[in-house]
Amino acid sequence: MDTELILRVYPFFIEAAWVTIQLSVLTAALGLACGALGAAARLSRLAIFRWIAATYVSVIRGTPALIQVFILYFGGPQVGIQLDSFAAGTIALGVNIGAYMTETIRGAIVSVDKGQTEAARTLGMSRWQTMRKVVLPQAARLMIRPLGVNINALIKGTALVAPISVVELTYTAQRFIGSTYKPFEMFLLSGLLYMVIIYVVGQGIHWLDRRARIT
Amino acid sequence: MGLDFSVVPGFFGVLLMGAGWTVAITVCAGLLSFFGGIVFAVVALYGHWSLRWPFRGFAFLFMGTPLLLQLFLIYFGLIQIGIDLPAFVAGVIGLGLHFAVYNSELIQASILAVDKGQYEGARTLGLSRGQTLRKVVIPQAVRAVVPPMGNNMIALLKDSALVSVIGVMELTLAAQQAISRTYRPFEFYLAAAFCYYIVNLALEAGLRRLERRIAASR
Repeated sequence: MDTELILRVYPFFIEAAWVTIQLSVLTAALGLACGALGAAARLSRLAIFRWIAATYVSVIRGTPALIQVFILYFGGPQVGIQLDSFAAGTIALGVNIGAYMTETIRGAIVSVDKGQTEAARTLGMSRWQTMRKVVLPQAARLMIRPLGVNINALIKGTALVAPISVVELTYTAQRFIGSTYKPFEMFLLSGLLYMVIIYVVGQGIHWLDRRARIT
Repeated sequence: MGLDFSVVPGFFGVLLMGAGWTVAITVCAGLLSFFGGIVFAVVALYGHWSLRWPFRGFAFLFMGTPLLLQLFLIYFGLIQIGIDLPAFVAGVIGLGLHFAVYNSELIQASILAVDKGQYEGARTLGLSRGQTLRKVVIPQAVRAVVPPMGNNMIALLKDSALVSVIGVMELTLAAQQAISRTYRPFEFYLAAAFCYYIVNLALEAGLRRLERRIAASR
């Protein structure tokens, strides 16, 4: 273990970890937005919305995220979408995780007991009121934990922007492996930072989940 | 620049060969992750502490870091310690070990869920500890875990695209080769995505059949 080398290069990894955190936050926000929209469309009364959302989920989950990143970043300019690598990576990964979150959110909504909806409708609430005041508050609690699983995968998934040269943790590790020939040290350094990020986020989700359970 | 899909059929053979390699990698890494997952699960549950603790550390590290980073470690790490494996083998080992850790988590939970009476019954009939595990407990545990392990196999198929980064010839790299000759990334990545989608549908259909057969044999 070359500790002297680690001490010399670690500031680059801290900086890279910050980029990974920014990527994770933006991707999660975009993913949640896509997931909420997707779930609403999946549960819509209009067949066309259901069909669009089902196709979105099936196509995104049926193809590799890396290819999706490449299509947007390298193929985008051909159809007039010119994005820098950070923006292209964030959008591609956000749309990708959104497909998984669509299924998570939909799953939580449909697992709320049907009697709740029936009772609310019998009491004269509209479909929208029932959803907003009865179903969603209960579903929100159910979806915290599975969304946490999605977010854990998303944080590790941000490594996929390394091949399009976003200077985040994996790209930095790769670059230093190439220049120092010390793969184990670089792996441990970047791996440790990933685990710290995942641990902190995991604790946050655990806290949210517990709070949701008490009330 | 616009799109021109008429260039794609000219590279049909290249893409088909790439898809073939993707299937080969998925099958090899899938088998490694299946048997590796069983071995890891047994080590984690019944191994001597000198095996159990290093494995826990290894599993912790592999579940908390990105696959791409692990592929770099395995590919360049093996070269550093003097083992110069072909990229294909390094890719299969990296993917296989990564998913073996995830499969092992599933199998561990499943082994613990096998009825204790099964274990006691087998021991009473005179089977050794190893025989009991091999012939009674593990076959039941693995059956119960086929659906979630199938999801891991589907994830493995898609993540096999990552080994293109360490230079393994498969579908993604085949698409990149076509792109470097034609400068048409959109068309060829889309074509590659289409191939992945088809292979994915076939794998899902195969897994559904397997699940039905196992359900029927109960």
